[in-house]
Amino acid sequence: MGIDLPLIWAIIIAFGLMMYVIMDGFDLGIGIIFPFIPDRTDRDTMVNTVAPVWDGNETWLAMGGAGLLAAFPLAYSVVLSALYLPAVLMLAGLIWRGVAFEFRFKSDEAHKPFWDKAFAWGSYIATISQGMILGSFINGFEVVDGAYRGGALDWISPFSLFTGVALVVAYALLGCTWLIMKTEGPLQQEMRKLAKPGVLALLVMIGIVSIWTPLAHPAVAARWFSLPNMFYFAPVPVLVIAVTWAMLRLLKGEPHASPFLLTLLLLFLGYSGLAISLWPNIIPPSISIWDAAAPPQSMGFTLVGALFIIPFILAYTAWSYYVFRGKVRAGEGYH
Amino acid sequence: MFGLTALELARIQFGFTISFHIIFPAITIGLASYLVVLEGLWLWKRDEVYRDLYHFWLKVFAINFAMGVVSGLVMAYQFGTNWSYFSAFAGSITGPLLTYEVLTAFFLEAGFLGVMLFGWNKVGPGLHWFATIMVAGGTIISTFWILASNSWMQTPQGFEIIDGRVVPVDWLKVIFNPSFPFRLAHMTVAAYLATALFVGASGAWHLLRRDDTRATRTMLSMAMWMIAIVAPIQIAIGDAHGLNTLKHQPAKIAAVEGHWENKPGESVPLILFGWPDMEAETTRYAIEIPELGSLILTHEWGGTIPGLKEFAPEDRPNSTIVFWTFRIMVGLGFLMLFLGLISLWLRYRNQLYQSKPFLRFALAMGPSGLIAILAGWYTTEIGRQPWVVYGIMRTKDAVSDHSVLAMSATLGLFIVMYFAVFGTGVSYMLKLVAKGPDTFVDTREQGQTERAARPLSAAPDDIDPAPDRTGD
Repeated sequence: MGIDLPLIWAIIIAFGLMMYVIMDGFDLGIGIIFPFIPDRTDRDTMVNTVAPVWDGNETWLAMGGAGLLAAFPLAYSVVLSALYLPAVLMLAGLIWRGVAFEFRFKSDEAHKPFWDKAFAWGSYIATISQGMILGSFINGFEVVDGAYRGGALDWISPFSLFTGVALVVAYALLGCTWLIMKTEGPLQQEMRKLAKPGVLALLVMIGIVSIWTPLAHPAVAARWFSLPNMFYFAPVPVLVIAVTWAMLRLLKGEPHASPFLLTLLLLFLGYSGLAISLWPNIIPPSISIWDAAAPPQSMGFTLVGALFIIPFILAYTAWSYYVFRGKVRAGEGYH
Repeated sequence: MFGLTALELARIQFGFTISFHIIFPAITIGLASYLVVLEGLWLWKRDEVYRDLYHFWLKVFAINFAMGVVSGLVMAYQFGTNWSYFSAFAGSITGPLLTYEVLTAFFLEAGFLGVMLFGWNKVGPGLHWFATIMVAGGTIISTFWILASNSWMQTPQGFEIIDGRVVPVDWLKVIFNPSFPFRLAHMTVAAYLATALFVGASGAWHLLRRDDTRATRTMLSMAMWMIAIVAPIQIAIGDAHGLNTLKHQPAKIAAVEGHWENKPGESVPLILFGWPDMEAETTRYAIEIPELGSLILTHEWGGTIPGLKEFAPEDRPNSTIVFWTFRIMVGLGFLMLFLGLISLWLRYRNQLYQSKPFLRFALAMGPSGLIAILAGWYTTEIGRQPWVVYGIMRTKDAVSDHSVLAMSATLGLFIVMYFAVFGTGVSYMLKLVAKGPDTFVDTREQGQTERAARPLSAAPDDIDPAPDRTGD
């Protein structure tokens, strides 16, 4: 028995996607809370907290796509052709949002409000699309002979709409707590106020998804509610509640970095809950990571590079965050 | 939509999105290296003009880079959404190459971009230059991988087909496939040339408006040196690339030349202009120069190349299109050579910054590099048809099973959005260029403590068109 390449690659891709969710999550979240903060100076400060890093954050999405194509070409082709329309909508949202970073500083006064709207709308559309992609991924795909055979609109369901909204709440909380860490004064106060309903709403969302998924999918129910699995997986929901409680306690004081770190933990727990539910399928409900794997020559070749290079990526990404550490002040325009 | 099939719509969608996309990386590749040179010259000579030019082009670079990133993200997913059978069949080769691109290039660019754009006062001068070099290095590495992938689709080798999908056998052969070195050189040089033409046109525009400063002169001068040196090199690379294509994809060359058949005992003429007719299997209204086709294509008198009729009709690329795209590219290439030669002559005569006709010519040539890149890509990609992986998989077998309705809707969305978003972005870039380089107020050397509250950039970024400067 050699190295289990599909398993290693599933871990790498899951890691890449999680990096994407938490990192692009907080900068999409800033777009999501844009409508609540009408003041132009505050908005500039908010955007400036992520301007130097958003591009790197989004690269994890490209990593997820390319890695999936390299390691699981079948999953890449089936899942993406099934999710064609929401994927296009997500990309459309990311395009508006991405260019708005630059354009809202470069446009003339008359068009600045337009690019602010584009920033917010782009963030909402991208996030809802991602949430609906997640929901329909959990729901599974109709596959015959290695090709998607479902309809073009199968991705729209009550469950996927709900996960779309849930992801908006999750990203909003990430953005909100990021800003608590990166700003000060009245803007930070405002964010502290917003974080409390945010974390409660997220708890409710996680709760509903956790009940809905096993009800709709007996296999998921069997995974969680059989012995001894229940004992192994019990820490996940317990920790979710504990983290929420800790967050609410902290928000009574004047925290800076801790709410953001706790939100990261919360999302990590939610993410691992999903992984437990879906394992080992990469095209739910029935195609596993081993069925969809690329030839070992492809996985091995790419793995050498990935294992060697990812530590460097993490190191210089961390360095970049370090360079732009600390609070961003109003009027401290990077542009 | 307009009676087009889902396959045709998918091809139009890919062609449309990638045509928009390629413009931005081409400028990114060229500008990043230009910025490395400018910052290096500033650190070496301490001449403010280089620092001012650096910050001027950095702003243009920032807008361009953002557009490249978001339009590129579309490409990373389009293989799966629109070409799922291709992805399932050949993803085991193109996937690893794209993954290496993300790992070695995209992260490098993105990781150091923040410091490059916003870190002038946050890190030391050497480290800032290092960040610029890393971004520029990332763009070159990215070119390497994406062209390895593209070239493999043109001249595939180093694989076996097992159970209906591609299995890589020899990665060195996959990456260094026969057309790769030529394509890599041709595209990298094209990006440098296109950027030099853009920068040169910007300098010429300012000089024509009597905005005669050291910065605008330096801009024009550097760009013209680049064009004078690189344009002839590019023509030589293009010629070598053509010989390589003749060896591996003779049908493409026949289509490019509108060459249908070899008449006994006759050399191949060079058809300057004409209208290849795919139905009638002939090139109408051809203006020919005898013998020259043989000489250019085979580098010997009387050499022959296969004619299109030697290939089955279903294996022929569309000659009408590639005949013309190729001539647009080559025609522009010779105009670039001409521009470079005149610049050398005027420089020798000390009239480089004064000659109005020359400056107007340089201005008109501003977009020519990008147009030539697009025309060149159309030639090589449409010339690859009807194959997606040359000789291995046909394009019609690669496309996803989407309905005409779904394809039309998304294509409409892409067209409206791309023109709105990228049209606006390009207009912002042009306005920035029109504003011209400012004197950069450097707070780095005024002994300010790090992280003091101050605006990081003293020059206002708002493009508030001051009537006296831009005239609009």
